[in-house]
Amino acid sequence: MSLAATIIEIIAAALLVAGGLFAVIGSLGLLRLKQSMQRLHAPTKATTLGIGSALVAVAVHIWLNEDRLALRELAVALFFFLTAPLSALFLSKAHLFRSEDAAKLPPTGTKAGWATLSEDNPAEPSHPQDRKA
Amino acid sequence: MMRPAMRLWPHPILSLFLTLFWLILADSWTFGSLVMGGFLGLAIPLLTAPWWPDKPRLKRPALLIPYIGIVLYDVVISSLHVARVILFLRPEEIRSTYVAVETSLTSPEAIALLAGTITMTPGTLTADLSADGKVLLIHALHAPDPQALRDDIHSRYEARLKRIFA
Repeated sequence: MSLAATIIEIIAAALLVAGGLFAVIGSLGLLRLKQSMQRLHAPTKATTLGIGSALVAVAVHIWLNEDRLALRELAVALFFFLTAPLSALFLSKAHLFRSEDAAKLPPTGTKAGWATLSEDNPAEPSHPQDRKA
Repeated sequence: MMRPAMRLWPHPILSLFLTLFWLILADSWTFGSLVMGGFLGLAIPLLTAPWWPDKPRLKRPALLIPYIGIVLYDVVISSLHVARVILFLRPEEIRSTYVAVETSLTSPEAIALLAGTITMTPGTLTADLSADGKVLLIHALHAPDPQALRDDIHSRYEARLKRIFA
């Protein structure tokens, strides 16, 4: 094995270890943090990065050993980064809807309330097409 | 009045991306996959067209590339930050708070991107949006100084997004 290949292999191994560490830290966060909203931070950031580095490690490994670009693994990593904020937003909206946090929220500073909580103030449709419907 | 081609193919770029991603995910570059991907690329934009009434208007799409670079870098910093809070702070020391951050972005796509960016970057999470779409509700995991957090979002992400979106 040439020196360059060894270095790349070491990078892949390091990414794999870092990925595992971040996945563990993310899960530990779920255990250690006390409030629901705090617990949301651990999986969105640490675990996403953990899985991301593991996938990049796989891509590097495939590139080295099979001499092809592992587009699929990179695409999966991309989808993780795109979907994590969405699931976090939905979980936090569900949390706001169910919990007593709602009373403690800072004011919006505009006439409208927070979207999840305002019943009498439906979102003003921002698209003319919606208004017709 | 929409031209017929527009009605059948409302988001050409989205269609191309869907087809390309189908080929990548299936990991098979054959004619059969291309047909399947092409079908999905046409069908998905048509079925979801009611939620995409306008095309997102990008003023300077090339600026998205440095933006993605900054966000990827921040995701790493962000994970280290969260790891530090999880591992080294006692639960009663963590100063979590909600912060309302007003935004001057108007395009729904830009606001969605800003909200997603906030979730992935250090210590913050988008929890909700005001009903008029002008204010974001941010939850900060450990923020002794909420005003600094607000300035950071405005200067680091919002200003850049404003340059990208028309």
